[in-house]
Amino acid sequence: MLPATYYVGLSAILFIIGVVGVITRRNAIIIFMSIELMLNSANLAFVAFARVHEAMSGQVFVFFVLAVAAAEVAVGLALMVSIFHTKHSIDVDNISSLKG
Amino acid sequence: MFLSEAATGGPQFFYLAPWIVIFPAIGLLINLIFGSRFSEKVIGAIASTASGLAFGVAVLLGVSLVGHPEGEIVSLIDWITIGALQVRWAFQVDTLSVVMMLVVSGVGTLIHIYSIGYMHEDVRHNGDPGRYRRFFIYLNLFIAMMMILVGSNNYMMLFVGWEGVGLCSYLLIGFWYDKGKDGIGNALAAKKAFIVNRVGDFGFLLAAFTMFWAFRTFDFQEVFAKAPEVAAAAPGMILAITLFMLLGVTGKSAQLPLYVWLPDAMAGPTPVSALIHAATMVTAGVYLVARSAELYVLVPQAQMWVSLVGGITALFAATIAVAQFDIKKVLAYSTISQLGFMVAAVGMGAFAAGMFHLVTHAFFKALLFLSAGSVIQGVERGEHHVDHDAKLHKLLKGSGHHFDPQDMRNMGGLRSRMKTTFVVYLIGALALAGIVPLAGFWSKDEILAEASLLNPTVYWLLTIAAFFTAFYMGRQIIMVFFGKPRSAPAEYAQESPPVMTVPLMVLAALSVLGGALNLPGMHTFTGWLEHTLTFIHPGEFNLVVAGVSTGLALLAIILAWLLYSRRYQALQALPTAKRPDDPLRPILGPIFTLLENKYKVDEIYDALIVKPYAALSAFLADVIDWKFWHDWFHDKIIAGGFQLLTRVLSVQVDLGFIDAIGNALGKGTRAVAGRMSLLQSGYVRSYMLSVVVGLVLIVGFLLLR
Amino acid sequence: MTLELILFIILALVAVAAALGMVLSRNTVYSALFLILNFVTVAVFYLMLNAAFLAMAQITVYAGAIMVLFLFVIMLLGAERIPGEDKLPWQKPLAVFLGFVLLVETGYILISRSGILPPAPTAGEGFGSPEAIGMVLFNQYLLPFEVTSIVLLVAMIGAVILSRRVK
Repeated sequence: MLPATYYVGLSAILFIIGVVGVITRRNAIIIFMSIELMLNSANLAFVAFARVHEAMSGQVFVFFVLAVAAAEVAVGLALMVSIFHTKHSIDVDNISSLKG
Repeated sequence: MFLSEAATGGPQFFYLAPWIVIFPAIGLLINLIFGSRFSEKVIGAIASTASGLAFGVAVLLGVSLVGHPEGEIVSLIDWITIGALQVRWAFQVDTLSVVMMLVVSGVGTLIHIYSIGYMHEDVRHNGDPGRYRRFFIYLNLFIAMMMILVGSNNYMMLFVGWEGVGLCSYLLIGFWYDKGKDGIGNALAAKKAFIVNRVGDFGFLLAAFTMFWAFRTFDFQEVFAKAPEVAAAAPGMILAITLFMLLGVTGKSAQLPLYVWLPDAMAGPTPVSALIHAATMVTAGVYLVARSAELYVLVPQAQMWVSLVGGITALFAATIAVAQFDIKKVLAYSTISQLGFMVAAVGMGAFAAGMFHLVTHAFFKALLFLSAGSVIQGVERGEHHVDHDAKLHKLLKGSGHHFDPQDMRNMGGLRSRMKTTFVVYLIGALALAGIVPLAGFWSKDEILAEASLLNPTVYWLLTIAAFFTAFYMGRQIIMVFFGKPRSAPAEYAQESPPVMTVPLMVLAALSVLGGALNLPGMHTFTGWLEHTLTFIHPGEFNLVVAGVSTGLALLAIILAWLLYSRRYQALQALPTAKRPDDPLRPILGPIFTLLENKYKVDEIYDALIVKPYAALSAFLADVIDWKFWHDWFHDKIIAGGFQLLTRVLSVQVDLGFIDAIGNALGKGTRAVAGRMSLLQSGYVRSYMLSVVVGLVLIVGFLLLR
Repeated sequence: MTLELILFIILALVAVAAALGMVLSRNTVYSALFLILNFVTVAVFYLMLNAAFLAMAQITVYAGAIMVLFLFVIMLLGAERIPGEDKLPWQKPLAVFLGFVLLVETGYILISRSGILPPAPTAGEGFGSPEAIGMVLFNQYLLPFEVTSIVLLVAMIGAVILSRRVK
């Protein structure tokens, strides 16, 4: 098998791309997808470490992450629909009521 | 008298001593609290009973002293305890103090009874019957205070009484405070008495302080016990004490130079003049010197001064009395003169003689004053009669000037109209003049006999004074009671009621018999006092001295008779304008005017002391206090400085500095917050960016650690 | 260079390219499609790591259910493109810079500490199989599994309530 470092490195790259996506994009759905990407990269690292340590717990954690991500997406998209109904936009820069 | 049957045993009532103060105090409290509901008679009865009970206690104390002549100190309570200093309320019961108690309460009681009748008319004559009760309250207060004075066993308690009687004197002189010259004359007289007495009290206080410095105590016993020791160590100390005390004596006993208040004190009702300003209070100074005898005998210099002051005062006042027309003023100066006799006596060491004269003088001078009061009211009654008789009133209308019932020039011929008063007045006058065998003769003669041995200068002063005494008393008797009435009121004068005349008769009897207290050869009174004043001088009867003084007195009376009976009657024939009011006036000329004006002492005091003092006060008040302290120091320096300081503090410091800090903090916070709020952009992406910045930094930190 | 390594490199390039495509696409629909591609490559990585069950779950749950949901919402809202100018123009280069720094840091960590990780042992029999996962999940992690069901239920209720039109 390939050294786990490779997988972890790939995971890091994907994570950073996700981060940059969250910061740079205005579209709430793309930000959301970037978050999914970050979760996914974390899952990859989990699986890689599980393989290295021969621990099934790592894979079970990914399973839980999948479940939570599904729930998150359901709620998040519902929120987005709700926001769109009031703001008629999913530009996060328009949702700036917290401005001090 | 008591000692002639002296026994070693006998009853003892010393524990009753505090009641001589408590009885009058109870009397005054009853009248003070409940008196407004009582009738005049009840008020007078309560006050007289209180005083009478005090007299009873004094008698019991005297009886006890017969068996136990050493006396006793009856301690009531502690008063002041500071470190070593202990002052008690304690009564010194000994032969000296009991004599004073007997005189004060005895004469006091008679005057209380007399006042029941006198004040009844006086309050109506002056138009305020409400003050009847007040008079008796004051009178009882006076008795209580006087008892504290004479009964104390230390100088502090004595001082309380000393000030207390001064207060009563003030209150009673100003009893008719809304009367007198310009409606304020009596109040001014009261004020004068009080202030002049303050000068004397100042001397007393200095004496007390010096005494405490030297002896560390105020108790008579302890002071006298230590006196020889202190005198040996520091004779100047005793001299200072005694001379300061002399100042107190001159104030209270109306001696030169502080006598000026006593003539003015005649503004008080006549019983007051009799009780306070003749018989009792003014003799407090004499009592003080006798009480402090053990100090005085240690310093002959002080003794010399005391007797000199007394002798000069005696002569000085006697000469003034010759030219007075006010019946009470004559008696006032006579009192000053007689007090001079006593002070001179106790000053030269003749304590028994001085105290003897004090007692007899209390009898006959109280008698004279009360009789004078009777005369005045008799004349007032006459005036009243005239006012109500329309025919007479019309007749008198021309005479114009205000009628003065105390002016002897308005009297005359009262002998037949006020018989009782005349008789008792004559007895009093003869006793005062020193005619055998009345009380005054024996006491005055004892003083003169002692003086002839101890101090010749004073002897001559007193002898001449005795001559004048007989002269002015003869003049007064003749002007008041003999000849024809010189005014309508005198013509219709009426005798006083028995409540007034009975005490007069009692006093007259005492004036006749008082000499028996200390007849030459028996020395009952001297022996009595000997138990207290151990180094007493046993005065010997001197036939030459007695002869000279009696001869001079008779001469003076004859002279007065010639002048005032013969010549004065002759002068009455002249028309009013040319007629001199006194036969002496054409003879003595300006000297008489000078005497009539009391040597202008009041004017001299006014010019030398009162005016400069008032000017100084005005200067201090207007310039120093107002202009300097108030206008300049307080307004300019304090207030101005304070305002300047507050202005600096409020504008420069508070606004310019403290507020500036606060404002700057606020502005700075706002500015920083303004900048910081840019971070709070509301853009979720920015927040996320900051999270990432943190992430980068933390990872970097972990790496570089 | 083994076959495995070649496969990894190719798949890794595809995965990174798909991720970048997702982030950079102007059209949201493209982004979603790129993400699906990315998920699929990741699923292949799971297979390479002896996690067959997870690989299938990844494809069915992520690439299937979740991404369909995404596409459905995108279509529903008609928000393929966002109009208007970017109000934070400076954020983009800064984000890139930060990402680069983070990349350097992680790279440094991975390179300097590559020896920490033990070499992977040969996978045991049945490692990553559905049976193995099931054994662990229903023995060791039974309670969390049940809690997850509640989480999903709550999420479902929440989604229903949130997307309800407020009258």
